[in-house]
Amino acid sequence: MRILTGNDLKAGAVVWWTGYDWSRHVEDAADVGDQADAIAAREEAARRVNAPYAIEATRDAGGTPRPAHIKDRIRALGPTVRPDLTLKPADPAVGNWVI
Amino acid sequence: MYIYDEFDQAMVDARVAEFRDQVDRRLAGKLSEDQFKPLRLMNGLYLQLHAYMLRVAVPYGTLNSAQMRLLGDIADKYDRGYGHFTTRQNIQYNWIRLEDAPDILADLARVGMHAIQTSGNCIRNTTSDHFAGAAADEVVDPRPYAELIRQWSSFHPEFSYLPRKFKMAVIASQRDRAAMRLHDIGIRLVRNSAGELGGEFYVGGGMGRTPMIAPLIRDFVPIDQFITYAEACLRVYNRHGRRDNKYKARIKILVHELGAEEYARQVEEEFAHLLTLGIEPPARELERIAAQFAPPPFASGLPDTIDRSDPAFALWAARNLQPHKAPGYTALTISLKPTGGIPGDASADQIRLMADLAERYSFDELRVTHAQNIVLPHVRKADLPALWRELVDAGLGSPNLDLAGDIIACPGLDYCSLANARSIPVAQQIGERLAGKEQDIGELKLKISGCINACGHHHAGHIGILGVDKKGVENYQLLLGGSEAEDVSLGKITGPGFDEAGVVDAVEKVTDLYLARREDGERFLDTYRRIGVEPFKEVLYG
Ligand code: SF4
Repeated sequence: MRILTGNDLKAGAVVWWTGYDWSRHVEDAADVGDQADAIAAREEAARRVNAPYAIEATRDAGGTPRPAHIKDRIRALGPTVRPDLTLKPADPAVGNWVI
Repeated sequence: MYIYDEFDQAMVDARVAEFRDQVDRRLAGKLSEDQFKPLRLMNGLYLQLHAYMLRVAVPYGTLNSAQMRLLGDIADKYDRGYGHFTTRQNIQYNWIRLEDAPDILADLARVGMHAIQTSGNCIRNTTSDHFAGAAADEVVDPRPYAELIRQWSSFHPEFSYLPRKFKMAVIASQRDRAAMRLHDIGIRLVRNSAGELGGEFYVGGGMGRTPMIAPLIRDFVPIDQFITYAEACLRVYNRHGRRDNKYKARIKILVHELGAEEYARQVEEEFAHLLTLGIEPPARELERIAAQFAPPPFASGLPDTIDRSDPAFALWAARNLQPHKAPGYTALTISLKPTGGIPGDASADQIRLMADLAERYSFDELRVTHAQNIVLPHVRKADLPALWRELVDAGLGSPNLDLAGDIIACPGLDYCSLANARSIPVAQQIGERLAGKEQDIGELKLKISGCINACGHHHAGHIGILGVDKKGVENYQLLLGGSEAEDVSLGKITGPGFDEAGVVDAVEKVTDLYLARREDGERFLDTYRRIGVEPFKEVLYG
């Protein structure tokens, strides 16, 4: 699948395109097919996102989109060296999803 | 310590107001990201993996307590409770909101700080010896000259759009604690046989994709001409630097391609011309600056001994202290490298504590080192035990300066959008693996970068590690034999790279070989230089 990501313009936080909105959680990412450029251009022009780009992803066993590249998995979750600052600070197994 | 005069303050305040307006226009949609990006970068604001990142300049690594305290407060108020000290002697915050950035810059301006020229193709923050003003071996305090460079280079109209970024360092002792020859321009202040002060100019060093050691371009530039000479060095570069190719645009490539002699000849020609224009700042300006770096009022008649009866304290004192020019004083380094910790990170509370300690024990002064540690430069030896206890209580008492645990590591793929691999977890695992033997191993400079840009100085590590991307998987190259000190050298890649666990094993293997083969008094680097790379390759790949 192809998913669309970027950063929130004001806060800088990593966000994912859900099909109708932006979410902090990669779980919400929708398959954008061949629509990535059109959505990115429209959303960037509306200042709802900064520096958007599309990436390849697969669905993991739980159905969550898992970005193909480790960089985007780290973006999705947070720094591997500060579990307390990730989106899932209480999940000890989350590192396996990233690496 | 340099305190802003009304010109400095007006300049920085004007920049804050300008940036506030630019951010407003960006948020209102009047500026696109393409238009805004160069403007935010001029104010040290990057977009990194998780958020905006703000890099704050710490000129030549010197801070007073009020500035340091504010750096801690910014970490709490605008970030997530910590900051990261960098190899450029600066500090970075990883979780900044764009809408907060102008307020942060305004806060910084109130204590005489800014983020100007911490990014972009301009002259960046000038670095210096972190023991400047304290070191027993310096011929002069180099910081007034670094400050003069800051003032000369700030908003310099001719050098705001250089072919590439430009980094300068100024030191004033034979020992090089600032990686001086790995800078675009490295200046060592010296005295000639007549006792006059001047500078040796080394031009065209650097790390990154094509590491080079800067050759000596001129062995003595009189101190009252040194800005003019630097201007000539920059002009020749600005004229001929390769703007057509980003990878060949640094001055090191120009000096290498022209040859040091031809480059020096062109600089001399330009220098002769510039001397006729009288562009050197007036001597009274240098005097005004130098007066602000006058030594603090050291007490005389202090005991010059240290009570080492507590073994844990003695261990720390044996590693983390530096000879001071004033009897009864020492310069101490606070290691930001606890075993298993994140190199260079400090919490807001730790930053504020270090500010308090500087106020109480070190004439209000601190330094950031390029090795990502903090120095209290002027501490009475008699105060050390009490001070050390406070450091230990705050998790800042690691007795590992220049040992295996004192690893330089860039933010790597945990934070940096340019990274190929993570640096920090590798540093953490090596630190933990070698913790039990680091005192035995002795001086070992380990440096890790997450990509070829070499912010972690891997070329200059006794052991260097470079993270690369091998078909989407993190991989690590091992380098041996680098040094950024006065015995400067570039490390060489040992062979095929390793995965994360493998590179930790590899480091242990090469240090074990060193322990087995070292001769009396040899550091890791000395043994490597004596026996060569082959025995190391043998244990790694044999
Ligand atoms: S060396 Fe590369 S990964 Fe590390 S901080 Fe510099 S640019 Fe980022």
